[in-house]
Amino acid sequence: MIVENLVFYTFSAILLVSSIMVISARNPVHAVLALVATFFLGAGLFVLLGAEFLAMTLVIVYVGAVAVLFLFVVMMLDISFAELRQGFLRYLPVGGLVGLVLVVELVLVELHWTVTPKVLDKPAAPIPPSDQVSNSHALGHILYTQYFYLFQASGLILLIAMIGAIVLSLRSRAHVRRQSVAAQVGRQTADAVAVRQVSTGGGV
Amino acid sequence: MAEIPSILPATPEIFLACSALALLLLGVFKGDCATRLVSHLAAAALLVAAILVLSHSGARVFAFNGMFVVDGFGVFMKTLVLIGAAAVVMVGQGYAAQQRMNRFELPVLIVLSTVGMMMMISANDLMALYMGLETQSLALYVLAAFRRDTQTSTEAGLKYFVLGALSSGLLLFGASLIYGFTGTTNFDRIVAVLASAPKAEIGIVVGMVFMIAGLAFKVAAVPFHMWAPDVYEGSPTPVTAFFAAAPKVAAVALLLRVLIDPFGGLTDQWRQIITFMAVVSMVLGAVGAIQQTNIKRLLAYGSIGHVGYIFLGLAAGSEQGVRGILIYLAVYLVMTVGTFAVVLSMRHQGRPVENIAHFAGLSRTHPMMALVMALFMFSMAGIPPLAGFFGKFYVFLAAIEGHLYGLAVIGVLTSVIAAFYYLRIVKLMYFDETPVESIDQQNDGAVTVVLVGCGVFTALFFFFPVPIMSGAASAAASLFAG
Repeated sequence: MIVENLVFYTFSAILLVSSIMVISARNPVHAVLALVATFFLGAGLFVLLGAEFLAMTLVIVYVGAVAVLFLFVVMMLDISFAELRQGFLRYLPVGGLVGLVLVVELVLVELHWTVTPKVLDKPAAPIPPSDQVSNSHALGHILYTQYFYLFQASGLILLIAMIGAIVLSLRSRAHVRRQSVAAQVGRQTADAVAVRQVSTGGGV
Repeated sequence: MAEIPSILPATPEIFLACSALALLLLGVFKGDCATRLVSHLAAAALLVAAILVLSHSGARVFAFNGMFVVDGFGVFMKTLVLIGAAAVVMVGQGYAAQQRMNRFELPVLIVLSTVGMMMMISANDLMALYMGLETQSLALYVLAAFRRDTQTSTEAGLKYFVLGALSSGLLLFGASLIYGFTGTTNFDRIVAVLASAPKAEIGIVVGMVFMIAGLAFKVAAVPFHMWAPDVYEGSPTPVTAFFAAAPKVAAVALLLRVLIDPFGGLTDQWRQIITFMAVVSMVLGAVGAIQQTNIKRLLAYGSIGHVGYIFLGLAAGSEQGVRGILIYLAVYLVMTVGTFAVVLSMRHQGRPVENIAHFAGLSRTHPMMALVMALFMFSMAGIPPLAGFFGKFYVFLAAIEGHLYGLAVIGVLTSVIAAFYYLRIVKLMYFDETPVESIDQQNDGAVTVVLVGCGVFTALFFFFPVPIMSGAASAAASLFAG
């Protein structure tokens, strides 16, 4: 119990510090790296809760894809973050007000949150106890049986999205050198290297 | 251990999805020079899928844990969608080849979107409904922006995408409310929950209203029609033909299934909304088209008006009403495909014709073409004895039997107004002077086949109405039995 608490508070504290760094760091690359750290720590908190599937997806999707994409954008594009940050104080009152409203709403929801007993009686997919079945196993079990149809349909949607992205953005340009793996692999020593006898002082 | 899910009822969908993948592979390996081949194979695959759909007995069967249902209603609607999509693929190929949008992805995306439509029609669960809808819509967004180098096409794609995303949001919000208040996403269990309570909870009604709004976006009913004229005008013409034909039928099918099947017990609640949308759609469809000079924009307003008449039948909420809608949809599909086939085969100095002024004097330069076009226009206006008259007749009949006299009167009045702009095209073709540069007509074999088929259907429907009529009647009966 004590170990768990210790881990929780350590993770939470570092998470808060790194998330503040995300918005306060001057160098955008540092901000993105702090974001990656935040995601990792969030994943750690999920593991602590016994939700290892969420932790894995957080690391794979957010760290693996989203944060790396940010990093690429930050490095490739010439964005002046100092300019973006101008007027921070000017917008602070409005932003602060919106934030305050959200906080009040959250507190109100938290105070009045009840779950109808009717709903608990008839869940579409009952949750197995987490000490017997790990939740990735439980999710996989219903995903490939009960929700097989929806799973396949999502695959089809992703395929359409991919075709769409290619149709709308791929342009075949002339004079582009492409990698030809077969040609590279099929290359022999004789094609590339020639052994010459060079007479002294004669040159090739 | 869980059983292997029964997938046999979904054979047509699986076949079509697999053939889309095969066509995609073929296209990727052969490149754009295989577009013609891919188009022909896509049309063939759609027709084979239609045969597979028709080979179903018509009994109500479920698959995938009750998320997928096949019944007589689904069979009728899927056949319409597949025939419409196949006809558009055949008609659009020549145009696409000529207007430098000859890419093999066009037929592949049409097939994939048709798979989504079939999933929508067979949905028996809120999640399955959404998945089908997104499969269809995502392919349609890409199709609208298919000519990515022209400003109008990209604008159409973007507009459709933003408004489509908004409508999906509305639909999902409604679906989540319904799930929250009933505890289930399955249509049959929603029926059971609604039947068990004496009065529907307000949350369910609000959720249903949001779902109707989301679906009304997809069928372009007023007040959710804003995208239709711009998207119809901006998209490449074969894509516009597809928009007007197949997705419209599929979205109406989905709306019918949702309103009659899970929310059949709330008919009194949704009738007000449907009645309102019917009236404003009919009026706006009739009045909005009068000023249009672009044939695609004109047909877009025409299709908004047609949705109004379909909602007129739906407002009756009876089996007769649904039968009328099904007949209307079958006739509408044929007329629309035929009209677009005419538009697609017209060229003016090698460029596609969109301005209706170019139709002037068509009867002297291309008498057969003008004859078919006149046939479709008379039919759209609902003049007996053409097919369009029967579509309107059964819808109005259902409204009168449902004691919706006021609605029926408005329907008749607006169809008189709508007749003005349909007949104006006939007048242009037959009585106006031929301009100096006449239209050159370019038909390939496929267009001629589709044109003759649609023309014969429209002209001779009153001789052989039985297959459509009895099919629609049994389909409507199966929807109400479920």
